[in-house]
Amino acid sequence: MSAALDLASWTALAAGGFFCLVGGIGLLRMPDFYTRVHAASVAETLGVGLMLLGLMLQSGFTLSTVKLAIIGLLFLFTSPAATNALAKAGMSRGIQPLLASREHESSKR
Amino acid sequence: MMFAAATLAIIVTMALAIVRAIRGPTVFDRAQAGNTTGTMAVMLLAVIGFLNGRPEFLDLAIVYGLLNLVGTIAVLKFFRYGDLGDPGEGEPPRQP
Repeated sequence: MSAALDLASWTALAAGGFFCLVGGIGLLRMPDFYTRVHAASVAETLGVGLMLLGLMLQSGFTLSTVKLAIIGLLFLFTSPAATNALAKAGMSRGIQPLLASREHESSKR
Repeated sequence: MMFAAATLAIIVTMALAIVRAIRGPTVFDRAQAGNTTGTMAVMLLAVIGFLNGRPEFLDLAIVYGLLNLVGTIAVLKFFRYGDLGDPGEGEPPRQP
């Protein structure tokens, strides 16, 4: 049983690390400010969430699992607040999002 | 062993965020990079707390997460309104 738990927690940790990296790389390669905010929130929600899950599986039913759940709840509430404040501050200070120009129409139409 | 891999991923993400903080054209990119670095610091605390078998690091992670939010919101408020004490959108800021 504990081997299955270890395996599950290791895969969750690895996936969390992967998504953190994806968010970090997205933070660098995205063209404008708002896409970078999105990329960073990918790392913040998925990367952190999966890592916390991995740590919770490792610790079983102890106090540290409760603390990890509290950290998860903390991110559940603070991450959207921070991202919203960032985007509103950027918009109010006149950072224009990079929209598709008229010549090459978007593929959705 | 997997904790080491997770710690490495977090440290690399922090490095990428710091590169964005250095290159970021606008001040809000830097605020975003600061926010990401703070989040990754929280995760680093949690994982290293587990690596060394010391669960009290998780309390530090919670406190640091809260501080990180307050810091980011304060920086954003300063850059959006020009100063932290501005009573509202339209009114002139109160004289000191």
